[in-house]
Amino acid sequence: MLTFFFFILAALSIWTSLMMITRRNPVHSALFLVLTFCSLAVLYFLLAAPFLGVLQVIVYAGAIMVLFLFVVMLLAAENREQTEADPQPGVKTAGYLVSIVFAATMIWVVAKSPLTGESGGLTVNQMVADNTQRIGMELFSAYLLPFEIISILLLAAMVGAIVLAQRHFGATDTEETAPPLGLDDAPPPLDDELLRSGDRR
Amino acid sequence: MTPSLSYYLILSAILFTIGMLGVFTRRNVLIVFMSIELMLNAVNLTFVAFARGLNSLTGQVFVLFVMAVAAAEVAVGLAIIISYYRNRSTVDVDDLSLLKW
Repeated sequence: MLTFFFFILAALSIWTSLMMITRRNPVHSALFLVLTFCSLAVLYFLLAAPFLGVLQVIVYAGAIMVLFLFVVMLLAAENREQTEADPQPGVKTAGYLVSIVFAATMIWVVAKSPLTGESGGLTVNQMVADNTQRIGMELFSAYLLPFEIISILLLAAMVGAIVLAQRHFGATDTEETAPPLGLDDAPPPLDDELLRSGDRR
Repeated sequence: MTPSLSYYLILSAILFTIGMLGVFTRRNVLIVFMSIELMLNAVNLTFVAFARGLNSLTGQVFVLFVMAVAAAEVAVGLAIIISYYRNRSTVDVDDLSLLKW
Protein backbone atom coordinates (compact mmCIF):
# COMPACT_ATOMS: atom_id res chain seq x y z
CA MET A 1 0.00 0.00 0.00
CA LEU A 2 2.77 2.43 0.92
CA THR A 3 4.61 1.48 -2.25
CA PHE A 4 1.51 2.31 -4.24
CA PHE A 5 1.33 5.76 -2.63
CA PHE A 6 5.04 6.20 -3.19
CA PHE A 7 4.77 5.56 -6.91
CA ILE A 8 1.80 7.90 -7.27
CA LEU A 9 3.65 10.66 -5.42
CA ALA A 10 6.89 10.01 -7.29
CA ALA A 11 5.11 10.25 -10.63
CA LEU A 12 3.32 13.40 -9.49
CA SER A 13 6.49 15.12 -8.31
CA ILE A 14 8.43 14.20 -11.46
CA TRP A 15 5.60 15.35 -13.72
CA THR A 16 5.07 18.64 -11.90
CA SER A 17 8.79 19.41 -11.83
CA LEU A 18 9.06 18.66 -15.55
CA MET A 19 6.13 21.00 -16.15
CA MET A 20 7.86 23.57 -13.96
CA ILE A 21 10.98 23.72 -16.12
CA THR A 22 9.09 23.66 -19.43
CA ARG A 23 6.37 26.31 -18.92
CA ARG A 24 6.94 29.60 -20.67
CA ASN A 25 5.01 31.60 -18.10
CA PRO A 26 6.88 31.90 -14.77
CA VAL A 27 3.58 32.07 -12.86
CA HIS A 28 2.65 28.61 -14.16
CA SER A 29 6.13 27.38 -13.26
CA ALA A 30 5.76 28.66 -9.72
CA LEU A 31 2.37 27.00 -9.29
CA PHE A 32 3.68 23.67 -10.58
CA LEU A 33 6.58 23.98 -8.16
CA VAL A 34 4.06 24.40 -5.33
CA LEU A 35 2.56 21.05 -6.40
CA THR A 36 6.01 19.46 -6.38
CA PHE A 37 6.62 20.74 -2.87
CA CYS A 38 3.26 19.41 -1.69
CA SER A 39 3.92 15.93 -3.06
CA LEU A 40 7.35 15.99 -1.41
CA ALA A 41 5.63 16.94 1.85
CA VAL A 42 3.44 13.83 1.62
CA LEU A 43 6.58 11.78 0.91
CA TYR A 44 8.05 13.17 4.15
CA PHE A 45 4.98 11.89 5.96
CA LEU A 46 5.56 8.46 4.42
CA LEU A 47 9.17 8.64 5.63
CA ALA A 48 8.23 9.10 9.30
CA ALA A 49 8.92 12.85 9.32
CA PRO A 50 5.55 14.52 10.01
CA PHE A 51 7.13 17.67 11.43
CA LEU A 52 9.16 18.24 8.28
CA GLY A 53 6.14 17.47 6.12
CA VAL A 54 4.15 20.22 7.76
CA LEU A 55 7.14 22.54 7.68
CA GLN A 56 7.58 21.83 3.97
CA VAL A 57 4.04 22.98 3.28
CA ILE A 58 4.29 26.04 5.49
CA VAL A 59 7.79 27.21 4.62
CA TYR A 60 8.23 26.11 1.02
CA ALA A 61 4.76 25.93 -0.47
CA GLY A 62 3.60 28.79 1.74
CA ALA A 63 6.31 31.34 2.36
CA ILE A 64 8.98 30.81 -0.29
CA MET A 65 6.64 30.28 -3.22
CA VAL A 66 4.48 33.25 -2.24
CA LEU A 67 7.66 35.31 -2.29
CA PHE A 68 8.41 33.93 -5.74
CA LEU A 69 4.93 34.71 -7.01
CA PHE A 70 5.15 38.24 -5.65
CA VAL A 71 8.42 38.83 -7.47
CA VAL A 72 7.20 37.23 -10.72
CA MET A 73 4.14 39.45 -10.72
CA LEU A 74 6.19 42.47 -9.69
CA LEU A 75 8.47 42.02 -12.68
CA ALA A 76 5.73 42.43 -15.29
CA ALA A 77 5.10 38.74 -15.91
CA GLU A 78 2.72 39.27 -18.80
CA ASN A 79 5.45 39.89 -21.36
CA ARG A 80 7.74 37.12 -20.31
CA GLU A 81 6.60 34.59 -22.92
CA GLN A 82 7.79 36.74 -25.78
CA THR A 83 10.98 37.94 -24.22
CA GLU A 84 12.53 34.58 -23.43
CA ALA A 85 14.37 33.20 -26.43
CA ASP A 86 15.80 29.73 -26.64
CA PRO A 87 19.33 29.36 -25.37
CA GLN A 88 22.08 28.65 -27.83
CA PRO A 89 21.62 25.13 -29.20
CA GLY A 90 25.05 24.02 -28.06
CA VAL A 91 24.28 24.98 -24.49
CA LYS A 92 21.00 23.11 -24.56
CA THR A 93 22.51 19.93 -26.00
CA ALA A 94 25.37 20.04 -23.51
CA GLY A 95 22.81 20.55 -20.73
CA TYR A 96 20.82 17.47 -21.76
CA LEU A 97 24.00 15.43 -22.08
CA VAL A 98 25.37 16.44 -18.68
CA SER A 99 21.99 15.84 -17.04
CA ILE A 100 21.63 12.35 -18.50
CA VAL A 101 25.17 11.40 -17.49
CA PHE A 102 24.58 12.82 -14.03
CA ALA A 103 21.31 10.93 -13.53
CA ALA A 104 22.87 7.70 -14.77
CA THR A 105 25.80 8.14 -12.39
CA MET A 106 23.55 8.83 -9.41
CA ILE A 107 21.31 5.85 -10.10
CA TRP A 108 24.35 3.64 -10.64
CA VAL A 109 25.82 4.77 -7.31
CA VAL A 110 22.52 4.12 -5.51
CA ALA A 111 22.29 0.67 -7.06
CA LYS A 112 25.90 -0.23 -6.30
CA SER A 113 26.55 1.16 -2.84
CA PRO A 114 25.42 -0.77 0.25
CA LEU A 115 23.49 2.19 1.76
CA THR A 116 24.39 1.47 5.33
CA GLY A 117 25.48 3.69 8.17
CA GLU A 118 25.45 4.22 11.88
CA SER A 119 21.95 3.47 13.12
CA GLY A 120 20.23 5.99 15.32
CA GLY A 121 18.64 3.24 17.35
CA LEU A 122 15.08 4.54 17.18
CA THR A 123 12.05 2.59 16.10
CA VAL A 124 9.70 4.03 13.51
CA ASN A 125 7.00 4.43 16.14
CA GLN A 126 9.36 6.44 18.31
CA MET A 127 10.32 8.64 15.36
CA VAL A 128 6.72 9.39 14.47
CA ALA A 129 5.12 9.60 17.89
CA ASP A 130 7.02 12.55 19.36
CA ASN A 131 8.78 13.67 16.22
CA THR A 132 8.65 17.39 16.98
CA GLN A 133 9.80 16.94 20.56
CA ARG A 134 12.73 14.79 19.55
CA ILE A 135 13.84 17.20 16.82
CA GLY A 136 13.61 20.05 19.32
CA MET A 137 15.74 18.15 21.83
CA GLU A 138 18.33 17.47 19.13
CA LEU A 139 18.34 21.11 18.04
CA PHE A 140 18.89 22.46 21.51
CA SER A 141 21.47 19.92 22.62
CA ALA A 142 23.71 18.45 19.93
CA TYR A 143 23.06 21.12 17.28
CA LEU A 144 22.83 24.22 19.45
CA LEU A 145 25.70 26.08 17.80
CA PRO A 146 24.49 25.55 14.19
CA PHE A 147 21.03 26.54 15.35
CA GLU A 148 22.28 29.87 16.70
CA ILE A 149 24.41 30.44 13.59
CA ILE A 150 21.40 29.82 11.35
CA SER A 151 19.40 32.40 13.29
CA ILE A 152 22.13 34.98 12.72
CA LEU A 153 22.26 33.99 9.06
CA LEU A 154 18.52 34.54 8.74
CA LEU A 155 18.79 37.95 10.37
CA ALA A 156 21.65 38.93 8.07
CA ALA A 157 19.74 37.70 5.02
CA MET A 158 16.65 39.65 6.08
CA VAL A 159 18.59 42.89 6.50
CA GLY A 160 20.47 42.26 3.27
CA ALA A 161 17.29 41.60 1.31
CA ILE A 162 15.69 44.80 2.60
CA VAL A 163 18.76 46.85 1.72
CA LEU A 164 19.11 45.27 -1.74
CA ALA A 165 15.45 45.66 -2.67
CA GLN A 166 15.27 49.26 -1.56
CA ARG A 167 14.73 51.79 -4.26
CA HIS A 168 17.79 53.52 -5.69
CA PHE A 169 20.19 51.05 -4.20
CA GLY A 170 23.56 52.00 -5.61
CA ALA A 171 21.91 54.23 -8.18
CA THR A 172 21.19 57.85 -8.77
CA ASP A 173 17.83 59.53 -9.14
CA THR A 174 18.23 59.83 -12.88
CA GLU A 175 17.51 56.20 -13.66
CA GLU A 176 14.24 55.11 -15.14
CA THR A 177 13.10 53.12 -12.19
CA ALA A 178 9.39 53.68 -11.93
CA PRO A 179 7.90 52.28 -15.20
CA PRO A 180 8.84 48.59 -14.87
CA LEU A 181 7.42 48.31 -11.39
CA GLY A 182 4.44 50.58 -11.59
CA LEU A 183 4.21 50.71 -7.83
CA ASP A 184 5.37 54.22 -7.20
CA ASP A 185 4.17 57.67 -7.95
CA ALA A 186 5.70 59.79 -10.66
CA PRO A 187 9.18 58.85 -11.88
CA PRO A 188 11.96 61.05 -10.59
CA PRO A 189 12.76 64.09 -12.75
CA LEU A 190 15.32 63.30 -15.38
CA ASP A 191 18.50 65.25 -15.66
CA ASP A 192 18.94 66.36 -19.26
CA GLU A 193 22.70 66.46 -19.13
CA LEU A 194 22.98 62.91 -17.88
CA LEU A 195 20.42 61.69 -20.39
CA ARG A 196 22.34 63.14 -23.30
CA SER A 197 25.52 61.43 -22.20
CA GLY A 198 23.75 58.18 -22.99
CA ASP A 199 25.12 56.33 -19.99
CA ARG A 200 22.45 54.95 -17.73
CA ARG A 201 24.85 54.04 -14.99
CA MET B 1 5.19 -3.44 2.31
CA THR B 2 7.12 -0.22 2.36
CA PRO B 3 9.17 1.13 -0.53
CA SER B 4 12.85 0.60 0.06
CA LEU B 5 15.40 3.34 0.64
CA SER B 6 16.86 3.15 -2.84
CA TYR B 7 13.48 4.04 -4.40
CA TYR B 8 13.54 7.35 -2.57
CA LEU B 9 17.17 7.95 -3.47
CA ILE B 10 16.48 7.33 -7.15
CA LEU B 11 13.47 9.66 -7.05
CA SER B 12 15.68 12.25 -5.40
CA ALA B 13 18.33 11.81 -8.10
CA ILE B 14 15.71 12.26 -10.82
CA LEU B 15 14.33 15.41 -9.21
CA PHE B 16 17.83 16.81 -8.80
CA THR B 17 18.54 16.10 -12.46
CA ILE B 18 15.34 17.84 -13.51
CA GLY B 19 16.42 20.86 -11.48
CA MET B 20 19.82 20.77 -13.16
CA LEU B 21 18.18 20.54 -16.56
CA GLY B 22 16.12 23.61 -15.69
CA VAL B 23 19.26 25.55 -14.81
CA PHE B 24 20.91 24.52 -18.08
CA THR B 25 18.04 25.03 -20.49
CA ARG B 26 16.15 28.07 -19.22
CA ARG B 27 17.16 31.68 -19.59
CA ASN B 28 14.62 33.30 -17.32
CA VAL B 29 16.54 33.85 -14.09
CA LEU B 30 13.41 33.32 -11.99
CA ILE B 31 12.91 29.82 -13.37
CA VAL B 32 16.60 29.10 -12.91
CA PHE B 33 16.07 30.11 -9.30
CA MET B 34 13.06 27.81 -8.94
CA SER B 35 15.15 24.97 -10.36
CA ILE B 36 17.73 25.61 -7.66
CA GLU B 37 14.96 25.32 -5.08
CA LEU B 38 13.94 22.02 -6.65
CA MET B 39 17.51 20.74 -6.33
CA LEU B 40 17.60 21.75 -2.65
CA ASN B 41 14.36 19.84 -2.12
CA ALA B 42 15.76 16.76 -3.83
CA VAL B 43 18.67 16.82 -1.40
CA ASN B 44 16.23 17.24 1.49
CA LEU B 45 14.41 14.13 0.31
CA THR B 46 17.72 12.25 0.43
CA PHE B 47 18.30 13.42 4.00
CA VAL B 48 14.86 12.35 5.15
CA ALA B 49 15.11 9.01 3.34
CA PHE B 50 18.43 8.24 5.02
CA ALA B 51 17.06 9.34 8.38
CA ARG B 52 14.26 6.83 7.90
CA GLY B 53 16.60 4.16 6.63
CA LEU B 54 19.01 4.52 9.56
CA ASN B 55 16.31 5.11 12.19
CA SER B 56 17.94 8.38 13.18
CA LEU B 57 16.72 11.95 13.52
CA THR B 58 19.96 13.63 12.49
CA GLY B 59 18.92 13.80 8.85
CA GLN B 60 15.68 15.50 9.76
CA VAL B 61 17.55 18.12 11.79
CA PHE B 62 19.76 18.80 8.80
CA VAL B 63 16.72 19.30 6.60
CA LEU B 64 15.67 22.05 8.98
CA PHE B 65 18.99 23.78 8.46
CA VAL B 66 18.77 23.37 4.69
CA MET B 67 15.29 24.92 4.75
CA ALA B 68 16.56 27.91 6.74
CA VAL B 69 19.47 28.43 4.37
CA ALA B 70 17.14 28.08 1.37
CA ALA B 71 14.82 30.71 2.80
CA ALA B 72 17.72 33.10 3.31
CA GLU B 73 19.01 32.37 -0.18
CA VAL B 74 15.63 33.02 -1.76
CA ALA B 75 15.18 36.30 0.08
CA VAL B 76 18.59 37.66 -0.92
CA GLY B 77 18.45 36.26 -4.45
CA LEU B 78 15.04 37.71 -5.20
CA ALA B 79 16.14 41.05 -3.79
CA ILE B 80 19.12 40.99 -6.14
CA ILE B 81 16.83 40.11 -9.07
CA ILE B 82 14.45 42.98 -8.22
CA SER B 83 17.34 45.37 -7.90
CA TYR B 84 18.81 44.21 -11.21
CA TYR B 85 15.48 44.37 -13.02
CA ARG B 86 15.08 47.92 -11.82
CA ASN B 87 18.40 48.93 -13.31
CA ARG B 88 18.41 46.86 -16.51
CA SER B 89 14.78 45.90 -17.18
CA THR B 90 15.62 42.27 -17.93
CA VAL B 91 15.63 38.91 -16.18
CA ASP B 92 17.39 37.04 -18.98
CA VAL B 93 20.52 35.29 -17.76
CA ASP B 94 22.33 36.00 -21.02
CA ASP B 95 21.97 39.71 -20.36
CA LEU B 96 23.30 39.47 -16.82
CA SER B 97 26.84 39.83 -18.08
CA LEU B 98 27.97 43.05 -16.42
CA LEU B 99 30.56 41.25 -14.31
CA LYS B 100 31.80 39.11 -17.16
CA TRP B 101 35.50 39.35 -17.61
